[in-house]
Amino acid sequence: MSKQYETVIGLEVHVELATKTKIFCGCSTEFGGEPNTHTCPVCTGMPGSLPVLNKKVLEHAIAVGLATNCQINRYSKFDRKNYFYPDNPQNYQISQLYLPICHDGFVEIETANGKKKIGIHEIHMEEDAGKLIHDEWTDSTLVDFNRSGVPLIEIVSEPDMRSAEEVIAYLDKLKTTIQYLGASDCKLQEGSMRADVNLSVREVGAEKFGTRTEMKNLNSFKAIARAIEGEKDRQISLIEAGKQVVQETRRWDDTKESSYAMRSKEDAQDYRYFPDPDLVPIVVSEELLETIRQRQPEFREEKMVRYMDQFELPEYDAEIITSTRKLADIFEKTAEICGKPKKVSNWLMVETMRLLKEKGMEPEQIHFSPEHFAKLIELADAGTINSTVAREVFEKIFDDDIDPDVYVEEHGLKSVNDEGALRAEIEKIVDANPKSVEDFKAGKKKAIGFLVGQTMKAMKGKANPQMVNQILNEVLSTK
Amino acid sequence: MANVISDETIEYVGILSKLELSPEEKERAKKDMEDMLNYIDKLNELDTSDVEPMSHVFSVQNVFREDVVTNQDDRENILANAPSEQDGAFTVPRTFD
Amino acid sequence: MSLMGLTAVQLGQKIQSGEVSAVEAVKESLERTKALEGKIHAFVNLDEENALKKAELIQKDIQSGKLTGPLAGVPMAIKDNMCTKGVLTTCSSRILGNFRPTYTAEAVLNLEKAGAIMTGKANMDEFAMGSTTETSAFGVTANPWNTEHVPGGSSGGSCAAVAAEEVSFALGSDTGGSIRQPSSFCGVTGIKPTYGTVSRYGLIAYGSSLDQIGPVAKDVTDCAVILDSISSHDPKDSTSVRRESYDFASALVDDVKGLKIGIPSDFFGTGLNEDVKNAVLHVADVLKSKGAEVELFDFKLVTDYAIPAYYVIACAEASSTLSRFDGITYGYRTEDFTDLHNMYKKTRSEGFGPEVKRRIMLGSFVLSSGYYDAYYLKALRTKAMIKQEYDKAFAKYDVILAPAAPTTAPKMGESLSDPIQMYLSDIYTISVNLAGLPGITVPCGMDRNGLPIGAQLIGDCFREKTIIRAAFAFEQSGEYLHCDLAKGGIR
Repeated sequence: MSKQYETVIGLEVHVELATKTKIFCGCSTEFGGEPNTHTCPVCTGMPGSLPVLNKKVLEHAIAVGLATNCQINRYSKFDRKNYFYPDNPQNYQISQLYLPICHDGFVEIETANGKKKIGIHEIHMEEDAGKLIHDEWTDSTLVDFNRSGVPLIEIVSEPDMRSAEEVIAYLDKLKTTIQYLGASDCKLQEGSMRADVNLSVREVGAEKFGTRTEMKNLNSFKAIARAIEGEKDRQISLIEAGKQVVQETRRWDDTKESSYAMRSKEDAQDYRYFPDPDLVPIVVSEELLETIRQRQPEFREEKMVRYMDQFELPEYDAEIITSTRKLADIFEKTAEICGKPKKVSNWLMVETMRLLKEKGMEPEQIHFSPEHFAKLIELADAGTINSTVAREVFEKIFDDDIDPDVYVEEHGLKSVNDEGALRAEIEKIVDANPKSVEDFKAGKKKAIGFLVGQTMKAMKGKANPQMVNQILNEVLSTK
Repeated sequence: MANVISDETIEYVGILSKLELSPEEKERAKKDMEDMLNYIDKLNELDTSDVEPMSHVFSVQNVFREDVVTNQDDRENILANAPSEQDGAFTVPRTFD
Repeated sequence: MSLMGLTAVQLGQKIQSGEVSAVEAVKESLERTKALEGKIHAFVNLDEENALKKAELIQKDIQSGKLTGPLAGVPMAIKDNMCTKGVLTTCSSRILGNFRPTYTAEAVLNLEKAGAIMTGKANMDEFAMGSTTETSAFGVTANPWNTEHVPGGSSGGSCAAVAAEEVSFALGSDTGGSIRQPSSFCGVTGIKPTYGTVSRYGLIAYGSSLDQIGPVAKDVTDCAVILDSISSHDPKDSTSVRRESYDFASALVDDVKGLKIGIPSDFFGTGLNEDVKNAVLHVADVLKSKGAEVELFDFKLVTDYAIPAYYVIACAEASSTLSRFDGITYGYRTEDFTDLHNMYKKTRSEGFGPEVKRRIMLGSFVLSSGYYDAYYLKALRTKAMIKQEYDKAFAKYDVILAPAAPTTAPKMGESLSDPIQMYLSDIYTISVNLAGLPGITVPCGMDRNGLPIGAQLIGDCFREKTIIRAAFAFEQSGEYLHCDLAKGGIR
């Protein structure tokens, strides 16, 4: 009988912070741009240049620490991590080893197996590296330092996860929390959130951890899940074959669905950390801590409860709407303007979700304004436009954030509420369709649908549907 | 106690420092490092058990910048000293991955 | 008298009064430099064209009343480890042999604003690692007092240029004595300010926690005036200290009544040259005669442990800071290589000289896995104890009087063969950097061979004014105003 194994997983998650400038210099962090156009002596490691910490980076790091129940180190320092690689112009990365800004926190995740706390060992601040682009033509590597010095936090979990499902739940939790803080957009695909997976296996019931490997280059939830399965299987088959798992860093190739060791004789993995003499210690005052505490937003769990309570939204709707801060913000602002939270929720749950899915967009990419969205809801609710028109107008708002008042006016989309005109049109249609009238009289209630359709067509879709029904019933009853 | 620097250690320090030494240089480096470490070991005479390591001599702390973009595109200057350059980027021999 | 025989302040006054122009001053400086460089080699590079162009612009600003400061129009040399925009900055190393910075060091900018004119970049020990200027990749500098001798180091070029009167003053940098020791060997005056007083932005680091830029000049007055100009709180340097006052020249007062001077008895034991000892103790006598109180005190801990602690800390920092020299973004790159790591190794092995390699390797070793606590943390703890010893001393004394070096300038070629012996010669200066304190060297005599001797006055942190006052008072005794080249120099 084969043995039962348990997978033990810890994560190192790098998150790019949403600052305007780099961590140690006044260069823009803006994405894109020609190579090396967002660089200066500091982030290219020019001799004599010196780093100065961006205050926003510290504030974001503390905010994330507080949101993940961490202790904040009142005395914190930067250290140098020394290794030679061309993506780092100084050949050392400024990071934190000995006194990281946050430590000993946790987040709570929920999976099919229920709720579970995942420990956070520490959160530290550090600088990102530049980008290396391989040029096949010249067989050389191009170095672009635009990303060099972009601020990161690294969130190091305890080895508390046991499955890919838990890992995904943990990442999702971090992502939502950090997005709510506005500390990062946390996009795995674009690399603003990156996870390295530390994984080992052991026999169920064993106390000691097995030898772990670290896996890098995981840039989607799916890749992470596949890599965990792949690495678990690899380690188990090594053990079953009586071989040793080697502690090493491996690179996941998602297209091949396999990993390979990243090792060379020249990589000593001896980082010689020591306090960076160019940067001074950070002393976090109670005052700063309190300011950041005050600024902490209402997080997802609290929001969900409030939405169900205050707006009487169903749990499912509340869950979807709070899944990203963007949706929650739109919901709250729009509801505040129009005072119709349930209608707002419906529009978000149905039309917005449909359009996001159709266009392959993330909620963060929504760019319409709550003002326009609220106006639309009011127009539809007042019967000024009918529901078909409303959906059409909403699509315009979704795409181009148009002002629905102006749009409806310019395109003559208002429902026709002129009873006289409508009655005259309906009488014409009823007279022109004696067969339908007969069917109706004979009890075929469906026949009225055809007449409604004819009326709407004649009115170019702008008739108020309730009024059409009412008048039509009246006219038919006289025949 | 005399320090002995082995061939392996000098090789390893060469990898850490990215320095390549000729056999003669290696022998000299071993001797220099042994001498220096023997001398530095003098520090062991001092009882420092109650002393905190002092990395910064003064208590200057909390030096920050505001999050404001101050640097403009200066690529031309930044690249001016590059030993090798292509398409606005520095170039190096092919990296491993 | 030659314009270059004047002090910087004297020359500045003549320029302000219109007696001479900045252009004349710079021309004379350049001519004298070119005439003497064959013997002295104080400069790595002269920047003649720019200097002359600048002199004309500055002269206009002086005439229009825009520039009224004491250093306007005065020619100076800058140690070649300070970045100067567009002008070669080599650290006297092959690895930076072709490096032209994209910006200028803050201290140099401050002097440029004051109207001082740089004529060139001064030679130094490679990356400031050395005590003789012999580790320069671009040739040795000779001591103007006797060209068979070294000028000291690492700011040997700066001190020799001032002593040979090629420039009116110079900037040096001091990590373990690199201003104070060559000032002593060359018979000039130099200050190493309190750590954080002069911005390190643009100073190519050797040991970032120890480095400090300072003035090298003919007398105490010049040094105080230059320090006024170069010191500032710089937001670009996190370790820059915001000081209450940047006025040092106001301390130029001939009054030491009641000043308490401590003399570390351990500094005057074996190993100290007899002539140096007598000359430095003579300074104590002079100050005593002017009303200061002088006392011997025990300083054994500092004497015994500062050097090993220093070499661990400085080399550890250097091993990391100098890893940026890899042939990718700037500087030298080897011609032939097989792959990336081979390129790194060949570039660095060809680009760095033996002393720099020695320190990088030692630094990498003491930080490496398994040795960090035993060496690096031990050294940081020792540093804390040294600082405590200084705190204790300054609780009793205003100024500590010490030699700047155990000997006068050694002959060329005698020092590099035994590195430890060379490191030991830093004994009186090195602890001052570990404790971040200010120190000044003033000429105080000659040895029996006609080589100058300097005395070092050390102050508590942020007490530059106290040591400037003491040094000024000693200088006013009139015996050694400044070393007179006409008497013995340039043989």
